[in-house]
Amino acid sequence: MNRQRLAPLVALASGLIFGLGLLVSGMNNPAKVRAFLDVFGAWEPALIAVMGSAVTVFALAFWLGRKRSAPVCASVFHEPTLTRIDARLLSGAILFGVGWGLVGLCPGPALVNIFTLNSDVLQFVAALLLGNRLAHWLVGPIKHKA
Amino acid sequence: MMYELAGGTLIGLAAALLWLGIGRISGMTGVLSSVFQSWQPQRRWALWFLAGLLLAYPLFRLLGGEAPVVITDHKGLLAAAGLLVGFGTYIGNGCTSGHGVCGMGRLSVRSTVATVTFMVAGVVTVAMMNQLGVQV
Repeated sequence: MNRQRLAPLVALASGLIFGLGLLVSGMNNPAKVRAFLDVFGAWEPALIAVMGSAVTVFALAFWLGRKRSAPVCASVFHEPTLTRIDARLLSGAILFGVGWGLVGLCPGPALVNIFTLNSDVLQFVAALLLGNRLAHWLVGPIKHKA
Repeated sequence: MMYELAGGTLIGLAAALLWLGIGRISGMTGVLSSVFQSWQPQRRWALWFLAGLLLAYPLFRLLGGEAPVVITDHKGLLAAAGLLVGFGTYIGNGCTSGHGVCGMGRLSVRSTVATVTFMVAGVVTVAMMNQLGVQV
């Protein structure tokens, strides 16, 4: 059997597990995220454990992948090739950070919360999609050097 | 702390499965953009990933899980925040998942700089809102 045919199933399972991780950890809750960012106020540092454990597990998998020439169900690893630290990266990160602090939602948790059908979440997601397209129309995709 | 560690481990495992399974980075910014480019075959994995992500909440509730969502109902804040996050993650090529989890896991300097930058921006934003007495 051709293992590449399993690729959609792998992506589906990964998305589901990712979403469950966001829900179990409480990353989906804007109030909890804002409390994590409230370092100079009523700081709740527990969410640092989410990032810490996720990075550690992925780093291990990434290192294991180094021993393989290809993924299990695809022909190549698509590792990002960008290394530039420029104004585009920094301004994007700052704008994102400000928006993240305002309400306490970043893209993953916003998407995983869609089926709460909470109207405030849905309004955020609508603005999120609009912001993504505005950037696409006004600034455009990043140029990769040949 | 146990829930945070368990949830983070699941997120790490999901990212590991996607990388070792199909060689893709689980960045939500890319997944979001793929919604608008779904006709491109190389983007199709992202729609499957998104489908799994969206199924997580109904499944979690079905299994008896509690996942409170406490969010502001201030329409102006929601619109401004959504626009900033959508715009910023597009031009910065990533967010907490792509830069934060996968980028730092790859020991990418670029992603680490991005992660520190958006973390600091978030902390400063919350501190300034507190100073100005903005209730969320």
